[in-house]
Amino acid sequence: MTSKARELAQIPSTPSGRRNIVINGAMNVAQRGTSFTGLGNGDTGYQVDRFRFVESGSPTYEFTVSQSTTVPSGSGFSNSVKFDCTTADTAMAAGDTLKFEQWIEAQNLQHLAYGSSSAKSLTLSFWVRSNKTGNYVVWFYQDDDARQITKTYSISSADTWEFKTLTIPGDTTGVIDNNNARGLLLSWGLASGTTYTSGTQPTAWESATNANRYAGLNVNLADSTSNEWYITGVQLEVGTVATEFEHRSFGEELALCQRYYHTTDHLAGSSRAHAAYILGVYTTTRGFFGIDVPVAMRATPSISMEGAINLREPDLTTDGTLSSVSYYSNLNNTKFVIDATFSTSTANTFRSVSISTDGAFLFDAEL
Amino acid sequence: MNITSAQYKKNLEDENHSIIATIDGVEWGVPLSVGNRHYDEILRQVEAGTLTIQDAD
Repeated sequence: MTSKARELAQIPSTPSGRRNIVINGAMNVAQRGTSFTGLGNGDTGYQVDRFRFVESGSPTYEFTVSQSTTVPSGSGFSNSVKFDCTTADTAMAAGDTLKFEQWIEAQNLQHLAYGSSSAKSLTLSFWVRSNKTGNYVVWFYQDDDARQITKTYSISSADTWEFKTLTIPGDTTGVIDNNNARGLLLSWGLASGTTYTSGTQPTAWESATNANRYAGLNVNLADSTSNEWYITGVQLEVGTVATEFEHRSFGEELALCQRYYHTTDHLAGSSRAHAAYILGVYTTTRGFFGIDVPVAMRATPSISMEGAINLREPDLTTDGTLSSVSYYSNLNNTKFVIDATFSTSTANTFRSVSISTDGAFLFDAEL
Repeated sequence: MNITSAQYKKNLEDENHSIIATIDGVEWGVPLSVGNRHYDEILRQVEAGTLTIQDAD
């Protein structure tokens, strides 16, 4: 064997370097907060970064979704996500569902070569734990061509962390467009009515049909307030083998998350800044100021504010309180001009924007 | 996505440039930009006839 051949033979069959396509798979980044109570009908939304609680229909259950420090022992993880049922729904209506999801941006999936004969297999691995044993389903959904495939996993031992590995083939038919929109959805089904379970589990990629979506799911995580479900260590990678979880630094993972969501208060509880931004007072109730974000956002974001944010004169005398903010213009999705409405200030002056201890500006460019 | 109110906001040229919307109980300034999930959902609900965007003040 030549030295070059020997060298090639030592290269593992799975790619090295950046492997995990999922962002925040270790559940460490939680810019929005660490605990969300009363999540139920109409409450689809994000909790830890990039992952979201999703409901459909009109369910009567309620859950607390939180960042938890309960983790598989010796795994190297510090956090997980916990679903804790606080109001039971023992009889899910046909169209009701309960899910945990992450959307992956389409242009980050071009190396999968979907829609060609070279389409690559994917392996999803994760740690999961629940008191509720049974068969669960992960739904893989490709948005551009509405294609789906699912995989079942079993929780066999109550209240015990289990490591799951699911491999799906590449889709040689459906093309993932090369853009910044929704590419692939990972959806952990936790409860579902018959609208989404009455069909047959797809073992190959197919055109999406509701009846097949969670076929095989025989668990209703919402049927008792004793129920809880934990997950961490989510990794999606090219190939048919689940490799060791790719632990990234907190700063690196935070930056990946900030492409989709940014808050000026990403370290909850830290002190806030006086004179963080300078606002030009256009009229007595309207003005403009700029905010730079640390990472180019995926798309033009929606902008919001929370807590008390005041305008101050140089000697810190309050001269107006912000009541509303909106997007005005931007430069490369990294610098935004904010259109602010406030209680009466002094027109044709500059005022500092002073963020109180509970205040923050929020930028949302999620998928 | 529960959108309970939506109203255009004008820029300094007196053109609609964003929507102030209450979404899931939080007020957001939403850009008129396809690809923004809030704007896309507002358009979907307007198309479905379940939401009306009020004129700017």
